[in-house]
Amino acid sequence: SPPLYDHLFSCLSKENLIPCPHPSMVEKGTNLLRKMEINVVEAEKRTGKNTVNMQETYTVYLIETRPAETVPEGGTPATPDTLWRRYSEFELLRTYLLVTYPYIVIPPLPEKRVSDAYLEGKVKNLYKFKFVWHKLSADNLDPDFVERRRGGLENFLLRVASHSVLSNDEIFFHFLTEGWRERVLETGFQDKADSRLKSLSAMFRVKNPDKRFTALKHYCDELNTVISQLLRVRARVADRLYGVYKVHGNYGRVFSEWSAIEKEMGDGLQSAGHHMDTYAASIDDILEEEEHYADQLKEYLFYTDAVRSVCRKHELIQYELEMAAQDLTHKKQQKEELATGTVRVFSLKGMTSKLFGQESQEQRESRLAALEQSIQEGEEAVKEKNTECQEFVRTAWEDIERFKEQKDKDLREALISYAIMQISMCKKGIQVWSNAKECFNKM
Amino acid sequence: MLHFSSLIHHSLRKTRVVSDDAGCVCGGSSLNRSSIDGGKQLHHHQHQSISSLSVAFPTEVALTNGTPMETLSPASASSLFNRLQLDDDLEADGRDLYASMETRDLFVTVDDPKKHVSTMETYITYRVSTKTSRIEFDLPEYCVRRRYQDFDWLRIKLEDSQPTHLIPPLPEKFVMKGVVDRFSEEFVETRMKALDKFLKRVADHPVLSFNPHLNAFLTAKDLNKRQGLALLTKVGESVKHVAGGYKLRARPAEFCAMGEYLDTFSLKLGTIDRIAQRIIKEQSEYLTELREYGTVYSSWAGSEQELRRPLEGVAACVTTCCGALEELSDNMSQDFLPVLREYVLYVESMKNVLRKRDQSQAEYEGRLEAAVLRKQEDRTPIPMEVEKCQDKMECFNADLKADWERWQSNKRQDFKQLLTGMADKNINYYEKCQAAWESLITLLQDRQTEDKTSETN
Repeated sequence: SPPLYDHLFSCLSKENLIPCPHPSMVEKGTNLLRKMEINVVEAEKRTGKNTVNMQETYTVYLIETRPAETVPEGGTPATPDTLWRRYSEFELLRTYLLVTYPYIVIPPLPEKRVSDAYLEGKVKNLYKFKFVWHKLSADNLDPDFVERRRGGLENFLLRVASHSVLSNDEIFFHFLTEGWRERVLETGFQDKADSRLKSLSAMFRVKNPDKRFTALKHYCDELNTVISQLLRVRARVADRLYGVYKVHGNYGRVFSEWSAIEKEMGDGLQSAGHHMDTYAASIDDILEEEEHYADQLKEYLFYTDAVRSVCRKHELIQYELEMAAQDLTHKKQQKEELATGTVRVFSLKGMTSKLFGQESQEQRESRLAALEQSIQEGEEAVKEKNTECQEFVRTAWEDIERFKEQKDKDLREALISYAIMQISMCKKGIQVWSNAKECFNKM
Repeated sequence: MLHFSSLIHHSLRKTRVVSDDAGCVCGGSSLNRSSIDGGKQLHHHQHQSISSLSVAFPTEVALTNGTPMETLSPASASSLFNRLQLDDDLEADGRDLYASMETRDLFVTVDDPKKHVSTMETYITYRVSTKTSRIEFDLPEYCVRRRYQDFDWLRIKLEDSQPTHLIPPLPEKFVMKGVVDRFSEEFVETRMKALDKFLKRVADHPVLSFNPHLNAFLTAKDLNKRQGLALLTKVGESVKHVAGGYKLRARPAEFCAMGEYLDTFSLKLGTIDRIAQRIIKEQSEYLTELREYGTVYSSWAGSEQELRRPLEGVAACVTTCCGALEELSDNMSQDFLPVLREYVLYVESMKNVLRKRDQSQAEYEGRLEAAVLRKQEDRTPIPMEVEKCQDKMECFNADLKADWERWQSNKRQDFKQLLTGMADKNINYYEKCQAAWESLITLLQDRQTEDKTSETN
């Protein structure tokens, strides 16, 4: 079988079943992953008092790290360092990264809460066929949900650790290894986060939008829409397929009952019935595996938000630049008017001087001087802002190109692994029906 | 020779056997059984003389172990013998039909449906072809056209004239107008297959096949059906037999067992029918969602560059799977369910015959009791008619037992075929889907290796 099959099968057979970051990502640059292995291995329930002194139950995740060195034959790998983190800490880390690297497409976190659609699916299965008992949990402690989230969190860490820029972040390193809270708070990123939130949610219009970013935003909107749609339809497809398989289980029972009244046909019918039961039961694992494909899609759904974030940040900088330039132009005009005595631009001073008499030469000169100063500052500001903007565009676009490549490769691999899952499902189907056919033949 | 003949018996289950004398009567598309593959039924005639028989093979004949045979070229009997695998199963099955095979000399086929439009009504007729060497028939070959009404007439006549025998069922007579299209291709096809099966079962029966009404049905240009046919309902028949009002005291054990079996069996058939219908419904809903699923991939492909071909590939795969699923569901509706329902009718027929048998026993016992009482009173000897009743009852019992055995054996074959057919259809469905996804992987992987080599360059 081709090497890709092997690669994918080894990935799929690992416990987490999340695709490994593409090999080329790990090879590039001095990524953290070259130096250390990172795993989110477990989840545990804890109870404690929250900020309003109320009891709450939450889940913590165990992060394991160990130096990435090749273990000699027969040798034991080094014991890993471990620590526990809860979801809110991951959120904090991500916010910190968002604020600190606004030009980077920050990898997304898995879902915070159990979604309505997820619950709906479970309720349907519960009442529709009564074959499988799913423990109905309305909270984030549902074991399936927790498990999926564990995988998603590990994926998040691996993505950050394999990013050429993000992996070098000290705070990230501390998140993985030791007390980080104080450090991250020391950075004062919280304030930046607040102001960023404010500015990003403000309404503003850019006069000369960058065409590339506009196109990118448009693409992200489309991608977001289509992946949402795909996830919804896929869930409905899975639901229907579940129904088809489970109804076949009824054949098992009726064949068994029928075989009781038959002589020669009895054995064949009975054993065929067992195969029908097997067939009906097989759908659970099949759909469970397919959830991982859904998770891969969901990651990119959330990624579109991260990209839109970068676009928005660029818009903001662009806007600020435009504002600064506009402000400078305005001041220059003011100066010109003041110098030539023509009033083209309305100014309060100008108006009042018209109403209450001309100002003195001294006053005029001091005003001119102030304006000059202001203009100089303004020019500095524009220059700075321009540099900032250009630098942002350069670094952002670099990361966006990286992201696009990553996206294409990851999604293609996701499609391949989806196809492999379908093939496996077909093979199982052929196997079961062939077994049943053999039994029918013996009737 | 024994081995070879039994092989022929086995393959005959899927072929028509054509008598030597008149060459081949190609009856068109109909085979002895609805072929496992549904779809196109190609005729490929091989004529060989083996004692007094020629054999016609379709392009695909499968052995019991499921191994498909390749297309046969005209070959001598011995090379055929060498090429075919023999196993115990084959021989055992062969032996069952061996006796009937040797004596089979009446072959019938129903095919070629045609619509007739007249001022009064529109209806379908079918071609009924007969080939026979029996002396009861004037000619060796016949070809007539019959409509459903005619089959119904035949069945009623057979039931009347052979009350001790099990008459095979006909497909449902009445269909709800507006719900089912009586002239749709699928309906006509399904009905025709059922009529063909009916006629073949009658022709295979050692007693029924000699019935003069069957003869008339197969040979007469215009069937002279007695007037008032339409009024002759099943209710009328049962009234005839119930006349006399004898009540049965005890049904013998073996017939009780039959009755119980039939009751349970018809329940199970009903359940299987409901399950199959449910599956078809679920599959149809799955198909609807799957179609939309495919279109989403297509629309996604529109906004991508590198991923365009992979996504379009996935969309195409999904479409292929939709097609395969549709085929599977259609097959269930058209081939599986009708046969199931036919057996429900068969069970009803059999129950009817059991009841008639009970009547004949009741009549005999009633008359005997009366006669014995009279004998005790005034020494009147037991009248002849009581003995006749006893004969009648014993005849009935024997016929019924023989028919029961036949019926059980046929039922086993029929369900074996029906269920293996269902399994085959499902296997085909998954094979088609698997092939589609595998070719997609090839497509996706080729691109990947392309990318990799371009990277290293």
